[in-house]
Amino acid sequence: MKEYALLIVSAALVNNVILARFLGLCSFMGVTTRIDTAVGMGLATTFVITVSSMADWAVGAYLLEPYNLWYLRTVTFIMVIAAAVQFTELTVKKVSPPLFQMLGIYLPLITTNCAVLGVAILLVEQKMNFINATLFGFASSVGYSLVMVMFAGLRERLALADIPRLFAGPPIGFIVASLLALAFMGFSGMTS
Amino acid sequence: MWIAIGSLTAMGLILGALLGLAAKFLAVKENPLEEELKEMLPGSQCGQCGYVGCSQYAAALAKGEASVTLCTPGGKAVIEALAKKLGVTADTSEHEEKLPEHAFIVEDLCIGCTRCIRECSTDAIMGANKLMHTIIIDACHGCGKCVKVCPTDAIVMIPIQVTLRNWHWPKPEIEQAQHKQEVAHVH
Repeated sequence: MKEYALLIVSAALVNNVILARFLGLCSFMGVTTRIDTAVGMGLATTFVITVSSMADWAVGAYLLEPYNLWYLRTVTFIMVIAAAVQFTELTVKKVSPPLFQMLGIYLPLITTNCAVLGVAILLVEQKMNFINATLFGFASSVGYSLVMVMFAGLRERLALADIPRLFAGPPIGFIVASLLALAFMGFSGMTS
Repeated sequence: MWIAIGSLTAMGLILGALLGLAAKFLAVKENPLEEELKEMLPGSQCGQCGYVGCSQYAAALAKGEASVTLCTPGGKAVIEALAKKLGVTADTSEHEEKLPEHAFIVEDLCIGCTRCIRECSTDAIMGANKLMHTIIIDACHGCGKCVKVCPTDAIVMIPIQVTLRNWHWPKPEIEQAQHKQEVAHVH
């Protein structure tokens, strides 16, 4: 049990996908101008990363490992992720039209989010078992959503602040992102 | 090499087949009436009917939840067309005298705040920050959303002037009478 808790904390906070591994930075800067879009993106990405890490683990363990095809992992994982995203889109459209409306364009765009591929490659390289891989995928995506929502909240406040004209817009966004990353470095002392 | 080619091809085929099956089982039934009604609406997403956009209004109309008289920019013509399509009687008395209008900016009062530009759903307002704005009359469909956001009341709605460019021959009286009969017959 303790092992799982450590895995979750490590994936979500200490080795946060965005602030420690620098994955998924385009969506981090792109869709965090408002909290509700950040929440939508976070929810959709959480779902896709969890589903695709399970599928990618299976592909890695039953196809790439036995036939020694590791050089094909990027292509196969992208294929699996694209299929998972398409399937998610179909399911969400059927099950919950309001959520589909809310996620809008972000859902298909997750295919090209490097956080999804990054998590998949990390978990096969660390040779995790199935439960660990699923937990790792889920915890990483929760960490991703957490940072997205926090950063969106900060940027909503920044929009109202009196910022020197030189720094207004993306520059102050990058400065705040670096401060947030510094704050997250504080978590690295937690697991030791 | 053959294993690599074979496994990738097989994976592609299997995933494609699964997605194809999923698309068939999870297909969402869309009401064909909704699409037809959407075609009849102006499609400028102005939101004056109280719904987010034209497609949402069309969906509500198809379910019979909304009245056909809500579309302001469409005016009497759209109301009559919708009523005919849905087989209901519409009370067009409120829309009887209202001529097509467009917005007009009183240039002395405009302070260049760009609020109306952001509100306009047809990009019919030209201008920039701290510069006077003006309306492109051909693009304006008269929804009046800009009037509400103007902080200095510089926007007024005025009837579209008949000029040589937009004047048409009036429809023959007899045809109109016949059309009315047809509408009455449908009801």
